[in-house]
Amino acid sequence: MKVHVDMNLCQSHGECVLAAPDVFELGDDDVLTWVQDADESQRAEVQEAVDVCPMMAIRIED
Amino acid sequence: MASRIVIAGAGLAGLRAAQAARAAGHEGEIVLVGDEPHAPYTRPPLSKQLLAGEQTAADCTFPGLDTLQAELRLGAPVVGIDPAVHAVTLDGGEALDYARLIVATGCRARPLPTAAVARASRPDGTALSPGVPSVRDPGVHTLRDLDDAHRLAAALSSTTHLAIVGAGFLGCEVAATARARGLEVTLIDIAAQPLPPLGPVLGARIAQLHREHGVALRLGVGVAGTTSEHGRLTGVALTDGTTVEADHLLVAVGALPNTEFLADSAIELALDGGIVCDATLTSVSDPDVLAAGDVAAWPHPGAGGERVRVEHWTTAAEHGRLAGANAVREPGERIAHVAPPYFWSDQYDLKLQSVGFPARAARIEIVDTEASRGRLAAEALDDNGRLVGAVTFNHARRLADYRRRLAADTVAA
Repeated sequence: MKVHVDMNLCQSHGECVLAAPDVFELGDDDVLTWVQDADESQRAEVQEAVDVCPMMAIRIED
Repeated sequence: MASRIVIAGAGLAGLRAAQAARAAGHEGEIVLVGDEPHAPYTRPPLSKQLLAGEQTAADCTFPGLDTLQAELRLGAPVVGIDPAVHAVTLDGGEALDYARLIVATGCRARPLPTAAVARASRPDGTALSPGVPSVRDPGVHTLRDLDDAHRLAAALSSTTHLAIVGAGFLGCEVAATARARGLEVTLIDIAAQPLPPLGPVLGARIAQLHREHGVALRLGVGVAGTTSEHGRLTGVALTDGTTVEADHLLVAVGALPNTEFLADSAIELALDGGIVCDATLTSVSDPDVLAAGDVAAWPHPGAGGERVRVEHWTTAAEHGRLAGANAVREPGERIAHVAPPYFWSDQYDLKLQSVGFPARAARIEIVDTEASRGRLAAEALDDNGRLVGAVTFNHARRLADYRRRLAADTVAA
């Protein structure tokens, strides 16, 4: 499962970090990093991250 | 359960509820009813990117509508309900029966309360319309939906001076957007500082931020009426006898739940119009009626178990997901909503974020600042010094840490 984040849209709200802490992380500079090739077992939490991202910046590409 | 779920309200909460009910295994019909003609869209850009001309309505439309396994009924709000027969009535008269109803109708702009002072004439001889400016008056705006935003954006491109009544989040964001577009902006509020829920210390910092960006602040004063010439707005008369020059006025003094259609029903409403729910977002009057987003009044552990109503984007998203899933469950199996409320606001280069219930705190203490990056962290504490909320400026990671901590406290409680 490929996880795509549009960094032109991301504003570091941190919703995804709370929804899927094993996939998304905010650095000390508040810039998001993430696992681009996430495990299939993490699909539900990544989907939650997609749903709760206020900027609609996250996409799952199968 | 394979009969129909009706969702009243096609905003964020309603859309997420439809998606969640399907994901939770609901096999029957799902009908999503919206009063606006527009497909579900996200509202935060309305006061910022859309108003600034950086985004269009298409950018605000939620993705996933093409795969939404629900029927969208737009442009015809729910206007009546008969819980005894499990049916709602749409504007136009059509009746829709339901097995479960989720009310996610959101809020509308609150009008200005009746002004305390009204004068019949001005010393300079201009006409004064005493009383409450209304959106029916020329040049007067509110901002809740896409059509409002388009009207206001058009006004901003042809105006030189915008007055804003209400220095809450909406008023402050529009002030920042309008300054970036080069307008003269006056921000008016009866309160002594902007953003009263954040307390006076942070409010003073926000006031300073707006002053530095050239906004004229008129705090601690009310609105007495408007002045006009040849049918055009020319100013806003204040209760201290002064007049603020303005050719457009935004009234941003809060919002009221869209629950009138429940007023004569058996569904209990709170005094402010919120739907009185249990912790699972289920109406206390009817287990087949649930609420999500702005309209839900539900007991929150972070507020000592008192009922709260929260008008934040994230709460609407969370409520929608939960109410949609709970609607597919029997009442005894439903899950409580306990996440601490989170919101953000973007003004100039400031990203303000908040979690929990700072407005209910005994005090708000700044615990960390880093002036070079415009960073600040503040903790909201109750009488016993217990953390009940937090606010940060330009410090997203720190805020995420507070969210985790408050969520863990809530679960532990």
